[in-house]
Amino acid sequence: MKYVLLIYNNPATYASWSDEERQAIFSDVDVIMTELTESGELVGGEALADASNAKTVRVRSGVPAVTDGPFAEAKEQLAGYLIVDCETTDRAVEIATRWPDARYFAMEVRPLMDTAGVEM
Amino acid sequence: MSTSAAVEDLLRRLAPQVLASLVRRYRQFDAAEDAVQEALLAAAVQWPEAGIPDNPRGWLITVAVRRLTDEVRSEQSRRRREATVAALAPADEFVVTSPDEQQATHRDDTLLLLFLCCHPALTPASQVALTLRAVGGLTTAQIASAFLVPEATMAQRITRAKQQIKAAGGAFDRPPDLEWPSRVQAVLHVLYLIFNEGYTASSGPDLQRSDLTREAIRLTRAVHTLLPQDGEVAGLLALMLLTDARRPARTRPDGSLVPLAEQDRSKWSQEPIREGIALVTRALEHTAVGPYQLQAAIAAVHAEAVRAEDTDWPQILALYRLLERVSPNPMVTLNHAVAVAMVRGPEEGLELLAGLDADHRVAGHHRLDAVRAHLLEMTGDRVAARVSYQRAARRTTSLPEQRYLESRAAALGE
Repeated sequence: MKYVLLIYNNPATYASWSDEERQAIFSDVDVIMTELTESGELVGGEALADASNAKTVRVRSGVPAVTDGPFAEAKEQLAGYLIVDCETTDRAVEIATRWPDARYFAMEVRPLMDTAGVEM
Repeated sequence: MSTSAAVEDLLRRLAPQVLASLVRRYRQFDAAEDAVQEALLAAAVQWPEAGIPDNPRGWLITVAVRRLTDEVRSEQSRRRREATVAALAPADEFVVTSPDEQQATHRDDTLLLLFLCCHPALTPASQVALTLRAVGGLTTAQIASAFLVPEATMAQRITRAKQQIKAAGGAFDRPPDLEWPSRVQAVLHVLYLIFNEGYTASSGPDLQRSDLTREAIRLTRAVHTLLPQDGEVAGLLALMLLTDARRPARTRPDGSLVPLAEQDRSKWSQEPIREGIALVTRALEHTAVGPYQLQAAIAAVHAEAVRAEDTDWPQILALYRLLERVSPNPMVTLNHAVAVAMVRGPEEGLELLAGLDADHRVAGHHRLDAVRAHLLEMTGDRVAARVSYQRAARRTTSLPEQRYLESRAAALGE
């Protein structure tokens, strides 16, 4: 089963950390990424640019309106995602638990929809 | 059949034999498996142009052995242990056995390879990937595309699987008699997983994925030839054939799912149905009963009904009762509840479902909500049925199932 692990964090908090603190977080991330690559569970993932670079697009009555900034105004922003292919939900949650952002902010684990299905 | 299709067909049949010859001789499963893949690739490129050699198996073995020797030589020179290279047998040793002897060896070899690929130390995902590559002769790219993951991910999964076999001391030997049934069981489970992955894929964009169904049937048929007396192998083959026979009727051209009761049965493929019924009938008469045979028998009863309303539900109910005794699990109970509802009325089916709410393996699963919705609809309670369909639609992680469940809920809201 494939899961997306949504990484949430607060850019202001991140910015307040020292280089050493940030380096420690990056090395935690490296360890997990290596493990997921070697186990054949890593399907993909990307980091997102800061939410200040986002544009929100709405179309109302056929008229598009484009505004600067993210759709949801919140302190914690979507910062990136991983897609993993795991044997169980517990395993996906375990990976999220070890991701550094889970200690300071939050990770969200969501199954991906499959195009396969069983008739009932 | 085009030349390249004929070549591919031949290569896929020879792959496990060639691999087994190398593993038998050099006992290095991981390196031998890589060498055979390279030989298969070389053949796939050269044969359609240059023609199939007179002794294709010998050709593949020679090329694979050369790769393996190169590999071993570079590995060993790195470790300064070149002396052992001389101990490697020359390639032509393989092609001098008698044809009868070869046949018997190949039969055992395919089975031993399957045992190794389905080694209990591996995760199901690794067992599936390695079986498709080492025994099925598929390339890593083909397997990756069937499972919708990047090729690098699949390659890593295969490498890791081979390392785990090595670490677990998995050998290319006949397992002890005591272990035999559980090893066969593991192989059947892997073949079943491969079949399911292909069968549940919708047609169209997932064509590559649905090829897995054909591959699973091909491999299960091979195991059935090797173990004709094993009723569960026959049962699994029958189950696959009877299930796959419904493929032309199970989806609409737009990819939406058609429930069993509404399928156009004239579209069901008759040849696999005949074969499946014959297989399961013989197995049930001559061997100990098991879960695959019972599931195949249930599929056979459905297949025998010309119209949905002709279905022999009392017989299906009896088979589910047996299945629940032989292999109790909540998914069986769910289907059992449907059969109970069809024979004794939806209220009794719903009573059986109530017991599952406390079972953590299935509580919160969309199938429980979907079956409950169906039975509530049978009782005429449209409001409760609709709520259950909606809950099932939210919980499923399958797009076509969600679409089906939403349409059932919407129909009840009218």
